[in-house]
Amino acid sequence: MQLDQLYQEIILDHYKRPHGRGLRDADDPGDQVAEAHHVNPTCGDEVTVRVATDGTVLHDISYDGMGCSISQASASVLHELLRGRGAGEAFEVHEAFVELMSGRGQVTPDEDVLGDGVAFAGVARYPARVKCALLPWMAFKDAAARAGVGVSPEVKA
Amino acid sequence: MTSIAIPSGMPQYDDVPRFDVARVRADFPILGRDINGHPLVYLDSANTSHKPRQVLDVLDEHYARHNANVSRSVHTLGTEATEAYEGARAKIAAFINAPSTDEVVFTKNSTEAINIVAYAFSNASLRPDADSRFRLGPGDEVVISEMEHHSNIVPWQLLCERTGATLRWFPVTDQGRLDESGLEDLVTERTKIVSLVHVSNILGTVNATSRIAARVREVGALLLLDCSQSVPHLPIDVVDLDADYIVFTGHKMCGPTGIGVLWGRGELLAAMPPVFGGGSMIETVTMARSTFAAPPARFEAGTPPIAEAVALGAAVDYLTGIGMQAIQWHEKELTAYALDALGSVPDLRIFGPTVPVGRGGTISFALGDVHPHDVGQVLDSLGVQVRVGHHCAKPVCSRFGVPAMTRASFYLYTTTEEIDALVAGLEQVRKVFD
Repeated sequence: MQLDQLYQEIILDHYKRPHGRGLRDADDPGDQVAEAHHVNPTCGDEVTVRVATDGTVLHDISYDGMGCSISQASASVLHELLRGRGAGEAFEVHEAFVELMSGRGQVTPDEDVLGDGVAFAGVARYPARVKCALLPWMAFKDAAARAGVGVSPEVKA
Repeated sequence: MTSIAIPSGMPQYDDVPRFDVARVRADFPILGRDINGHPLVYLDSANTSHKPRQVLDVLDEHYARHNANVSRSVHTLGTEATEAYEGARAKIAAFINAPSTDEVVFTKNSTEAINIVAYAFSNASLRPDADSRFRLGPGDEVVISEMEHHSNIVPWQLLCERTGATLRWFPVTDQGRLDESGLEDLVTERTKIVSLVHVSNILGTVNATSRIAARVREVGALLLLDCSQSVPHLPIDVVDLDADYIVFTGHKMCGPTGIGVLWGRGELLAAMPPVFGGGSMIETVTMARSTFAAPPARFEAGTPPIAEAVALGAAVDYLTGIGMQAIQWHEKELTAYALDALGSVPDLRIFGPTVPVGRGGTISFALGDVHPHDVGQVLDSLGVQVRVGHHCAKPVCSRFGVPAMTRASFYLYTTTEEIDALVAGLEQVRKVFD
């Protein structure tokens, strides 16, 4: 297997220079704010994702965590892709990312939908690392639900 | 390096039994594999060991020639299978110097063996007429250590929850040794059982247990040693250890998965209530009640892992043929070599003893702030197989302030060239994550 399929430059960039890292309070005091903390019990990776929303737009997605390059870069990409998006749109992206990661490397990602998320296509070929990539996305889903916005279909990582 | 001559009359280096590692490697078919275009460098034997042809052949031969259920058939195949199964028990008893073959109980693994002891305590605690050594209640204490594998923590936590007893533990020093300074306060008349790891699966520390064993005797408690990481690597003598129970698992000692051992002093096993009920463990059964067989059968309900037990017997023959002292010395030399080689890697921090004394060939480390998952992934791309994560010993990771570690572990087939491959691989990790 080619290691650079897994560790694409985009992933290493997000890992070394994460975007929007750190948990933040909502700018708008009227926003619903909720968070979820997820742990990967096999390796101890942890991430907390916090969502601030007025019920239609995800005003902020902030996060903190510790773990491997894949899980931490994935959180950075999640932030970049979904922050400021409408809830419905965000869940379409969420669904596309989950589909990509569950595809065992057989799914061709759409860059228009997934942006930097396409870099994770290679991760899908490494079953042991798929959970790392999905960790922040699963935490996001729970946090969003707790903040009162939609739910995308159940997935088993 | 200057060489220092050992005075004559003293034990010389050449006195130590040795073996030909290349010949041993030829016995292990899997070691000929390529991984991701590189020769396999297997540094994960603390997780599970590989199996020599001699063990695989016995496993195959058992199913091909002698397959039948044990302890219940009068036919020829049943007799052959029973003889092989009980023969394996005798080999294992001899391997650990058990005073009696009946003291060897076959289990699924070490985890099951510890749970059998914990649940025997639990069952005894429900019965006023049970042997008081196994009865636990509020005010009684169970002592473990911060160095344990989860399999020697969780069963005791659950037992204490069920009985109201209190769980206490030995701390670990900054050097990764068991901190025995509080021994007298920790192990007291309130202590019912002390359950300790003999060799740490994460720090590699070999615990000197004699002082603890003496204290356990003084207060009248029982001593269980988790020997999962010692029986495969060192000569073990249960009489010498002065333990009441030891547990170990077959797959870490060249045997198959699905077979482990609980050894207990005969008199203790005989006084313990059963844990699993079913076939083979009974004396007589009526619709109202049952009476139970003597150990070891009392603790082996149902059809046991027969072929696995027989193959574990073959593994013991294999290890004995090479010699446990020779294996111990081989690993000691490898450990000294590896500690030195890893010490040359910039930004590498070893958790646990950094000298090859009182430690085995299991070395956990951090490489800068690169996450162990990433270290392991890059090493895997070079064919180097190490374990990453919390190694089922989360309290040890917490003790050293990290969520996970990278671990390299050695066995009789490991070579210094493989340690060189690890060190070269770590250089590659640094390049990717620099």
